[in-house]
Amino acid sequence: MNWGSLDNFLAMGGYALYVWGSYGVTALCIGAELWALARRARRAQRGA
Amino acid sequence: MRGGSVGHLCGPADRLRLKADGKDSLTIDSYRLQDEAGIRGWLLFRFAAPQAFYPLAGRMIPWFATLAALLALAGLYISFFVAPTDAQQGEAYRIIFIHVAAAWMSMFLYVVMACWAALGLVLNTRLSGMMASAIAPTGAMFTFIALWSGALWGKPTWGTWWVWDARLTSELILLFLYFGFIALTNAIEDPRRADRAGAVLAIVGVINIPIIYFSVQWWNTLHQGASVSLTRAPSMAMTMLTGMLLMALAAWMYSIAVVLARVRSIILERERDAEWVRGLRGAE
Repeated sequence: MNWGSLDNFLAMGGYALYVWGSYGVTALCIGAELWALARRARRAQRGA
Repeated sequence: MRGGSVGHLCGPADRLRLKADGKDSLTIDSYRLQDEAGIRGWLLFRFAAPQAFYPLAGRMIPWFATLAALLALAGLYISFFVAPTDAQQGEAYRIIFIHVAAAWMSMFLYVVMACWAALGLVLNTRLSGMMASAIAPTGAMFTFIALWSGALWGKPTWGTWWVWDARLTSELILLFLYFGFIALTNAIEDPRRADRAGAVLAIVGVINIPIIYFSVQWWNTLHQGASVSLTRAPSMAMTMLTGMLLMALAAWMYSIAVVLARVRSIILERERDAEWVRGLRGAE
């Protein structure tokens, strides 16, 4: 798959909102989960 | 301790004997070795003790996390730079790589959660309930991602974000089952009672999994049928399939790493007054 340019890649053939909306929210969810996990681990190790 | 009596057991037993001979060994009272039968039982149940599982989980996390990252990178590369444009859906179909992986995970994790819960009910092992509790948030997250990416895929292809179709509705019920499990177990003060109540809910909810899976066959749904089947040739290009499977594997590895990390925190929280946890904190 050759996109030609970065603009083409980001445009996703006109479906940018849907494709990046899916991947972006997934990345946010994973980021939030990892953050929450790290916070919980810190607290658990402190014995809070 | 008759250390010599375990000599004929193979492999791990040797290490077991070394540990069993040590002075500080077998602090897990419920699994204290008495005889050979006890030793076999101990081998089986050794890691069912939270205290033994805690360091084991800690050692496994980096491996699963690394695998998850590598598989996700490979999967994303194939999803965006190798897999061709779909003839009918254009680039919108690329949502499939996240959508299918998340939807599969949402169902698998529920079944695994229910299995742990059932094991806890039957054997009354402490770790089982902790594992079920550790799985629920990640399962809920994948269910949400499946629904969200599905809505974003439905809009350009079906013309609507949402329909009350059997597949979509049963997946939404799955999300509520996860939420219900989390809310119920958090609402009960005593963790062992919370585990049992949660287990009953989780086991009853398993009925929803085949409903989700077969919904596209049982009812006339807007949602398409299974993309991958063991009984017939794949209905998509090989590179698309490879990307999808890599993303699904990445989701598996990610889930294992995250669940192990969460269960470690749960173990510390629940056993905070135990001798070994205090020793752990004292050592830092």
